[in-house]
Order: sequence, then C-alpha cells, then structure tokens
Amino acid sequence: MELPGLFNYWVVVVLMMAGFYVVIEQGNLVKKLIGLGLFQASVFIFYISIGKVADGAPPILGDAAELYSNPLPHVLILTAIVVGVATTAVGLSLIVRIHEQYGSVEEDDIHRADVQADEDEA
Amino acid sequence: MTLSDQLPILAVVVPLLASPLCVLIGNRHAAWLIALLAAVGAFAASAGLLLAQLQGAGPVSYALGDWAPPIGIEFRVDHLSALVLLIVSAMAVWVLAYARRSVEAEVAQDKQTGLYAALLLVHAGLAGIVLTGDAFNAFVFLEISSLASYALISMGRDRRALTAAFQYLVMGTLGATFILIGIGFLYMMTGTLNMADLAERLPALSDTRTIQAGFAFISVGIALKLAMFPLHLWLPNAYTYAPSVVSAFLAATATKVAVYLMLRFVFSVFGHDFAIAHMHLDYLLLPLAAIAVLLLSLVAIFQYDLKRMLAYSSVAQVGYMLMGLAIATPLGVTASIVHLFNHALMKGALFLALGAVMWRVGSTHIGQLSGIGQRMPWTMGAFLLGGLSLIGVPLTAGFISKWYLVSAAIAQGWWWLILVIVISSLLAVIYIWRVVETAWFTPSPNGTAGRAEAPLSLLLPTWTLALANLYFGIDTSLSVGMAEAAVGGLFGGAP
Repeated sequence: MELPGLFNYWVVVVLMMAGFYVVIEQGNLVKKLIGLGLFQASVFIFYISIGKVADGAPPILGDAAELYSNPLPHVLILTAIVVGVATTAVGLSLIVRIHEQYGSVEEDDIHRADVQADEDEA
Repeated sequence: MTLSDQLPILAVVVPLLASPLCVLIGNRHAAWLIALLAAVGAFAASAGLLLAQLQGAGPVSYALGDWAPPIGIEFRVDHLSALVLLIVSAMAVWVLAYARRSVEAEVAQDKQTGLYAALLLVHAGLAGIVLTGDAFNAFVFLEISSLASYALISMGRDRRALTAAFQYLVMGTLGATFILIGIGFLYMMTGTLNMADLAERLPALSDTRTIQAGFAFISVGIALKLAMFPLHLWLPNAYTYAPSVVSAFLAATATKVAVYLMLRFVFSVFGHDFAIAHMHLDYLLLPLAAIAVLLLSLVAIFQYDLKRMLAYSSVAQVGYMLMGLAIATPLGVTASIVHLFNHALMKGALFLALGAVMWRVGSTHIGQLSGIGQRMPWTMGAFLLGGLSLIGVPLTAGFISKWYLVSAAIAQGWWWLILVIVISSLLAVIYIWRVVETAWFTPSPNGTAGRAEAPLSLLLPTWTLALANLYFGIDTSLSVGMAEAAVGGLFGGAP
C-alpha cells in the first residue's frame, strides 16, 4: 500500500469512533469531555486532509509552484477549532460547578444523589 | 447604500454587539434595558425584511463585507427565512419584556447580567442560521447559539440544571459535529459552501457514496438539534430545570430554527428529488414522527412537573412538523411551516404563563397548584388559551396547523396518519385537562385562599402571546400566506 493513500482517513475513522465510544461509555464527566474533544479533533484532521491536492505545494504564494493545496478547509477548521475550544471551556466550567454542587463528577454518583433528593422530597 | 439594504445584517449584528455591552456595563438593570432595546431593534429589522417579502421583493441577497458570493459569505432572505426570523426576533422581544421580574426571582443576582448577554447571543446565533446562505456559516451560527444556550440552561435554580446543561452540551456538540462532517463531504465533492451553488452542483453527483454519506450525517446532526424522537433525550431535563424565561425562549425558537435548517437542507440544498425520491428520507421521518406524537404525548400525561410536561409535549409537537416535512408534498410542507409558526406562539404563551406561576408559587409541580385557577385567574386563563391552541380547538392557531396537516394526509390517502393525529390531539386534551382540573376544580390548600395574581409586567406579554393564538387562528393571511409562498420557493429549485 502506498503511503499516505487513505491513511489519513483511516486515522479519522479510528479517532472518531474512539472518541464517540468514550463519550458513550465513560461515566466520568471529564473523560466524557475528553472523548468529545477526540471526536471533534478527528473532524479537524478530516478537513485538513481534504485540502491536500496531490503534488500541490503549501498554499504560500511564491517561487515556482504552479499547483497549490487548497487553503480554504484549513481556514474553515481554524473556526471549528475555536468552536471546539469554546465547547471544552463551557463543558469544563459546567463540570466545576457540578463538582461544587454534587461533590462528584461521576455520572452514577450524581444520578444517585438526584434520586435520593427526589425520595427526600416525596 | 441605504439603511434598508443593511437590514439582513442588522438583524444579527445588533444583538451580537449588544451582548458584550451588557457584560461591560455590568449592571443588571442596564443589561436588561440594553437587551430589550437590542431585541426591539432586531425585531424592527426583521419586520422590515418580512414586509419587503410580503410586497413581493423576491429573494434578497446580502454580501457580507461586500465579498461577492459564492466566494464570500452570503445572507439570503426569502419568504421562509423572513417568517422564521420574525418568530425568533418577536419571541426575543416578548420574552425580554417579560424577563426582568421573572429573572429577578429565579436567578442569582450576580448571574443576571450574564443571562441577558447569553440570551442575546442565542438570539444572534439563531437569526444568523436563518439568514445565512452559506453551509459552513450555518454551522458556526449554530454553535454560537448552542454554546450560549448551554450557559443559559445551567443558570436554573435547581442543581440538576447543571447536569441537564452538560447532557445537552454533549448531545448538542455531537449533533453539530455531525453536521460539520456532512458539510465537509459536500465540500469535498462540490468545492463550494454556498447553498445555492451546492443546490446547482449536487444533482450531478447524487449517485456518489460521499454525497449520500454527507446527507446522512447532516440529517442525523440536525435531527439531534431539533430533538427528533428518539434523539430527544436532552430536551426534557434542559427545559425543566432552565429558568422560566430561558425555557420559554428556547422552546419557542431553538427547535424551530433546527426544523428550518432541516427544511433548508432537504428542500433547498439537496432538493426533493434527491432527499425524498432518491434517498427516501420520508421513510425514516414519517414513522418516527408518528411514534413521537403518540408516545411523547402519552408520556406528557404522566408528568408531575408542568414544565416537564410541556417539554415532552414540545417533542411531540416537533413530530407534527417533521410529519408535514415527511409527507413532502407542497401541502405537507406548508402544514409543517404553519405549525412551526403557530407552535412558537402556543409554547411561548404556555411557558410564560408557567413562569408567572413560578414567580408566585415558586414551583410548577402539579401538587402545589391546587386551586391556582382561583388565585391566579388571568395567568391560568392565558395557560388555558395556549392549551386549547395546543390541542387544536377551532378558532385557535393550533387548529389551523392541524387542519393543513390533515388535509395533506387526506390528499395522500393516508387514513392511518389522520388517526394518529386525532389520537395524539386527544392525548393533548388529557394532559391539558389534568392542569384544568387541578387549577379550577380542586380547592386551594388552607391559608392560601384569596387572589394573588402575577404583576402586570408578567401578565401583559403572556396575554398578548395567548391572544396571538386566537388572532392567528382567525386571520391566517400572514402565517399561511407566507408559508405557501415559502413552499413555492422551496419546491421551485434554488433558495
């Protein structure tokens, strides 16, 4: 098999599924957020990969290159990275507040505390 | 260049710039006033755009920063976007006019400024989604509105608001990222992000696996955002534990804008031929929508918290909109758009009425609301009016949407679908009746008798919205007229 070939896309698929699995499977909210970050990062790599033009030079106007890679996906993904950072920030600050209120960041503990509170009310 | 040429961008930029202003000034009363003024300004801009559409101006294209589309980002106003934009900005005005007292009672003082700022950001994001003619730009606006709404939901008094917000953050981000992947696939094949350009280039590529995968990713992503059954699990907790004002605003606008995005992608970008005739999206949506309206109306009956009851009812009502979309005839899509408009009115009125109850009683648990109809006759009167509209009683807005939906089903000869609509309406009768029974036919607990009505600043916005349900049940020239014109645009080819 010739490298890179579809190597990038395989990395994307593996990363995406790994991230997705962590989001679903992990009960720890911080780990969930890490999974979410992994999931998003895979999409970033996907966008960056589709910008590559075979034999294209880096998209910097210069000497002799006639064929350039497409810079637009890279620009798009800069925006998406900012969005990802913002999502992580909001998520982490929520986790901090959850930890203040519940004293735990484990989904099971939080659920148990909520059920307990409901029973106390009733 | 006159001011009227700049209206599309003003509808987004005014709330977007007013938001940091709220935080910078840092005084909660000033923040409220700024937010209200900004919302009124954005409302004026969107009313201007709607008027231009009503006068037959045709689709308006606005090039951001004067970069000509398709290279630059384009804002595009047609009948559909003008109508949905009007819903978003009108609801923002109503909710903010109502907000001051309600927020004062429900949110900690130091967070109130932030609430108004975040509310304006949601407003700006939603308006942006509706106006933009660029697929990637739609994703960015979607994330602006979503991130702000996670923060808004977390401001609820109950600590479960935090976990609800986190759950929504995870689901919402997954949905938005799915949309991002889908847009990537489309860009890979077509080399453009402009929706009109995409619509032109996609038919030639409709047999490729890449485009089909892109379509699947985008549909599932939007379905998560609009809380399509069974992807709705984030919604009930989020609406239940958020502050009343936030529930009212999100219930009336956020899912509606997601439905708009679905309509836009299915009919404008991919086109009826690809999405429905070739990919059979309707095979997926129709059964799920039918199950949603039945099952979630049933679940709503068994809820003790009225906000949670309305949240489940919202998921069911989104089912009606998807049903219209999945029937996929011009009449069906008209029903979908009309219901989108009407549901914003009814859910807005219902959530605002509950907000007034929350203000007075401090709870929306049905056990606490015995005899509330005698104590707060005006508030519960508005609730009842919204409830009747939700059921679809003639002379209310809800009747109009059901009428169109049933007509669309009859035109297809799908009698089972009419049965589904009728049964789910009866289920709505039951869950609204439970409230009526508690409010009027059970005595108030000792010591709470006597009138204790909500203040006028809460009642007035609630009642104007409730009366709008009556008005649009009688004079349908705006809602149905615009919806029909919008459908003409959607089925006529490019947006």
